[in-house]
Amino acid sequence: MDKFSVFSARLVEKGEYFTSGHRSCQGCAEALAVRLVMKALGRNTIVAMATGCMEIVSSPLPTTAWEVPWIHVAFENASAVASGCESGMKAMMRKGKMPPKKINFVAMGGDGATADIGMGQLSGALERGHDMIYVCYDNEAYMNTGIQRSSSTPWGASTTTSPAGKMSKGQHTQKKDLPKIAIAHNIPYVATACPSFPFDLMEKVQKAAAIQGPAYLHILSVCPTGWRIPPEEAIRYGRLAVNTCVFPLYEYEYGKYRLNYRPSPILPVREYIEGQGRFRHLTPEDIEAIQERTMAEYEKLVKLSEED
Amino acid sequence: MARPMDEIRWQDLEIGGAVSEPGSSREYKTGSWRSLLPVVDKDQCIRCGVCWLFCPDAAINQSEDGHFQTDVEYCKGCGICARECPVGCISMVIEEY
Repeated sequence: MDKFSVFSARLVEKGEYFTSGHRSCQGCAEALAVRLVMKALGRNTIVAMATGCMEIVSSPLPTTAWEVPWIHVAFENASAVASGCESGMKAMMRKGKMPPKKINFVAMGGDGATADIGMGQLSGALERGHDMIYVCYDNEAYMNTGIQRSSSTPWGASTTTSPAGKMSKGQHTQKKDLPKIAIAHNIPYVATACPSFPFDLMEKVQKAAAIQGPAYLHILSVCPTGWRIPPEEAIRYGRLAVNTCVFPLYEYEYGKYRLNYRPSPILPVREYIEGQGRFRHLTPEDIEAIQERTMAEYEKLVKLSEED
Repeated sequence: MARPMDEIRWQDLEIGGAVSEPGSSREYKTGSWRSLLPVVDKDQCIRCGVCWLFCPDAAINQSEDGHFQTDVEYCKGCGICARECPVGCISMVIEEY
């Protein structure tokens, strides 16, 4: 029996390190992602978090939802602060000012903090090779300030700064591929995950914490408010994103790609797009274009994972 | 918390806005946001814990007999538990005051 992993919700860590009482919207899958990540990491963790939804909802001043040391920093420097914490603690352990122990240093940010504003600092932290984890919660726009487009917004999505209308089809650029940018730094571990697949997410977080050196996790977190879907559908849309190959789950470990989940059958992208209010202006031809691009990207990934 | 949240004044805050008490947001009851309340049918419940795992607010607790119960103080009523329950034993009912 030892050789088999048992995945059961009842065997998951019971402690909560991101507690109740935070002010996220109803059905926020990003709050769920933070909760699961913290469950996987446990108590010996220091978190540096960039400005964004999760920072705002978890720490309105006299209170905090965190049960671990947590630092709020500006949009751009979450990765710089986490790498500073890592270096500082390492120096203190070397000088004997604190007992040596394994501490997880985690930087967290939304897609705006990662893809747009903190890109340079993230690149620097990955390049310097600190033993830390960067977790990006990708909800595909600046949801905190009221749904403005970021460079991680997919093509065709209507946001308040890329509105759909007679002259525009919403966002006119393609989504920035952040995991590929992280892989280009030749770091030991990069993975994509989604809270709709909680065991996969927690396994990846634990793997990232165990690996020596920088790790990057990209987590798709469905935002019912910004995607214009009912709150109870948040988990289902995450599952649809994976099953339609819009957001494939894969990991990159020491130069090797591995596709963790191959949906079978692959659902048409239409099923993922139809119910979302941000895509409701798209015509069948537009959806066909998205389908072709999605499959082309997925084929590339399958090829990469089969090469090794 | 030593004092209720609405009695804390700015003079009581620590330098730098540091919060020294972990998990103090439990003081704020998000249950007041709710319009729908999840009700569990205990005869159908298989005690798998999927609702507990998927709750974004950590508002589901396991009672001593193994059943999972909603914490009405924090449940925001999003309905994820009712949607994801594999046997469909949770229903969302309109709360009346």
